[in-house]
Amino acid sequence: METLISDINGKIIQNWPEIRLDQGQYPTLHVQARYLLPVMQVLKDDPDFYMDYLVLITGVDYKSSLGCTYLLNSSVGNHLLVVKVTDIDRNDPVVDSVTHLWPTANFHEREIYDLLGIRFEGHPDLRRIFLDDNWVGHPLRKDYNDEVNVIERKL
Amino acid sequence: MKDADFKDTDTLDQLMLEKHGVLFTTIDKLLNWGRSNSVWPLTFATSCCGIEMMAAGAPRHDFARFGVEVYRASPRQADVVVVAGTIVNKMAPVLKRLYDQMADPKYVIAMGACAVSGGPFFYNSYHVVKGVDHLLPVDVYIPGCPPRPEALLYGIMQLQRKIQRETIVNKYQKPEEVMKNYDFENPLPE
Repeated sequence: METLISDINGKIIQNWPEIRLDQGQYPTLHVQARYLLPVMQVLKDDPDFYMDYLVLITGVDYKSSLGCTYLLNSSVGNHLLVVKVTDIDRNDPVVDSVTHLWPTANFHEREIYDLLGIRFEGHPDLRRIFLDDNWVGHPLRKDYNDEVNVIERKL
Repeated sequence: MKDADFKDTDTLDQLMLEKHGVLFTTIDKLLNWGRSNSVWPLTFATSCCGIEMMAAGAPRHDFARFGVEVYRASPRQADVVVVAGTIVNKMAPVLKRLYDQMADPKYVIAMGACAVSGGPFFYNSYHVVKGVDHLLPVDVYIPGCPPRPEALLYGIMQLQRKIQRETIVNKYQKPEEVMKNYDFENPLPE
């Protein structure tokens, strides 16, 4: 764990000083959307990290912005790392795709595009995965509104 | 007609006899005996109610005892579709197509809260059909989340009872409709 933290400090925070490291349940990197791709590239390829397994991607609606949470795992070093992007613009939600690094990201990113409307730049096949192709809107957004199908009740 | 009378099978029999005569009711009895004791369900289950339906088919509950003998994997050989589980908007056209492919006479059982009304997905959901009766004509509703196999067995027995009141005089007429047209003031026309 200590070596992972020092590696992050040495190889990532040094190069991108805006990136912040939190230590909660898992070490968490708060990455700006514009730095996501180079940081992920380092995490995947650098032999000290060697994050060869992308466990999951979660899309989040923070109301003021949209975000993505990546959970990375290394089968060699046996360490976990959370990478959080929280500053995706709500009105023009674009973030870089990591499909070319971890092919499993393909379906995850399609799901997030389907339900939250985040577009992943560089994704080979960005279509809806759950809903109909002619569906209007992205239903997991906080401001999603459908007066025909949804019977609303405040919880 | 009083609700208590409607539950009373003998009264129903008597009414049918008066309406259709001895010959037809005897033939009906034979046909309905066969039909109601070989209601084959379609292999169709979309969520946890499906597990209970499988349990109802397994040795402990064994609904083959009631003639619900064997799950058919083809809608063309099935008599009843037990809608066991949540029907989402994407599944709705598939279910409708399956129902349309079934041969008459065909029946629908709505099993569980989701199929009855949308259940836990009634409020604040964008993707669930709120009750399968928006799609298909439902014969028997079985409440529960999910219903126990006993509840499914009871529902099937209600369906069998319904089938036993059918008549070949107008074979697409369900018993409720026969009752609706019945003249209770003057049961036997002079």
